[in-house]
Amino acid sequence: MAQSSSSVSDAPPRGPIYEWLNDRLGLDWFLAFARKKTVPDHAHTFWYYWGGISLFFFVVQLVSGILLLMYYRPGEQAYDSVREITYAIDFGWLIRSAHSWSANLMVLAVFIHMFSVFFMKAYRKPREFGWWSGLVLLGLTMVFGFSGYLLPMDDLAYFATQVGLNIPKSLPGMGPIIEQLVQGGPDVSSVTIQRFFALHVVVLPLVFLGVLAFHLWLVFKHGSALPPSEEVKPEPQRRSIPFFPNFMLKDLAMWLFALNLLTLLAFLYPWPLGPQADPLAAAPEGIHPEWYFMSQFQALKVIGRYVPGMAGELLGIGLFSMGGVLWGLIPFFDTRKAGAARARAITWFGLAVVLGLAALTVMGYWEVWSVAE
Amino acid sequence: MPEQESKGDPAPATEMSEAVSRRAFAARVGLGAVGACYAAAFGYPVYRYLAAPARDAAELAAITEVTIPRENIPPAGSVLMFKFGAKPAMLIHHADGGKVCFSAVCTHLGCTVQYQAAEDHIHCACHGGVYDSRTGKNVSGPPPKPLPRFDVIEETPDGPVVVKRV
Ligand code: FES
Repeated sequence: MAQSSSSVSDAPPRGPIYEWLNDRLGLDWFLAFARKKTVPDHAHTFWYYWGGISLFFFVVQLVSGILLLMYYRPGEQAYDSVREITYAIDFGWLIRSAHSWSANLMVLAVFIHMFSVFFMKAYRKPREFGWWSGLVLLGLTMVFGFSGYLLPMDDLAYFATQVGLNIPKSLPGMGPIIEQLVQGGPDVSSVTIQRFFALHVVVLPLVFLGVLAFHLWLVFKHGSALPPSEEVKPEPQRRSIPFFPNFMLKDLAMWLFALNLLTLLAFLYPWPLGPQADPLAAAPEGIHPEWYFMSQFQALKVIGRYVPGMAGELLGIGLFSMGGVLWGLIPFFDTRKAGAARARAITWFGLAVVLGLAALTVMGYWEVWSVAE
Repeated sequence: MPEQESKGDPAPATEMSEAVSRRAFAARVGLGAVGACYAAAFGYPVYRYLAAPARDAAELAAITEVTIPRENIPPAGSVLMFKFGAKPAMLIHHADGGKVCFSAVCTHLGCTVQYQAAEDHIHCACHGGVYDSRTGKNVSGPPPKPLPRFDVIEETPDGPVVVKRV
């Protein structure tokens, strides 16, 4: 630590270790490159940190996930092994709690990152692929969450997964596909856990890391986008700071803050483990998905009240899929050429989406909690 | 760090720069200390988490006796393999009726040994070590020490057999 911070200073003579490495790895080149890179500095700079924070939580997920793998046993013994981790293994509760909390914080950070990119209009040329790869990462993050939620196989996990998988099953032709390929049977069972486990710890991380590398490469290539309010300023009035070390130190400070917050939450609010899933027991009252699926869940519930049955489900899924596709196509509507009126309309649209999702989520929790009482 | 020391006394450094370098040094020490605290605060739980099963096994290994129900005692001329705490052990019921009990962990490199009734000796397949089946003494091959022995206590001819660490 001290060694690297000493190389931050502008003094050219560095230690013999640095020179030894530099002769072999060309560190000077990297340093010069990193120093040349700048990050815009303005009133909205705060929002630039959220991608880094998401990345940080992802790293926490990797580390804590690997630790959980030391004791977790998928399949029949899933619940017992999680109970062991939670109650028998030293600090197992803390590591599991950190994994669950960090998962939720990661989803939150990714959402904030996405909406800040949206409102800064950072999806415009040449950053369209950044937007799309980011949306893919968001989707993968949510599948991570969904698959990980089942793994402890307590009653909430069991029924939430059962419900979650039944939604796409209502689409024509999807029922058999989900049963045969995802669930491995007519119901969620230990076979399903085994599959979700493979997905959660092998398939998703591999895909995620690939897309993430692409995403980060694009960020490096194009740098941080200027919000429109800055873009209109003439060049000399724009301020920027070097990526290395200035922005990076700030990034690190943010990570430290995130780490402290995570530790505090994991420590003070240990993640609970419900009773073991029992397919014969009635679903617990007020069952609901994780908060990041709440808006979709609630939308389906509301639509179902007006359009009952399969048609309602179809309508709900259709609306959400359409919304997702539209969201991905935003870079084509809102180009710089399209003009200020269009840009403003898109901003209002984004606000409506945020408010809509928030309202559905609040409403969902309201209903769930009033039922539970 | 060394650059700072070399900058030290003899050169006519101004008081200003000395104060600055001292402060930089203090900041570096402070950062290092905070870093070490973080490393310890996160390293300790992870260490304990990973070490938990080994600790449980060590607790298990601390037991001093095992009671074997009579019906599990093998017929004369054969052996019973069982776990004494966390490690394998063997109770040999000799053809003449005598019972002896040893740790079944080879004193060479830790393989589990076997009783060979035909030769009436204890054999280790890993490197061909041989032990005496009555005393546990290492008689040939690489094992450096005899097998640790357990006492066999039979209070009644029909009751359970207790084996005890000596
Ligand atoms: S381990 Fe038994 S002889 Fe080497």
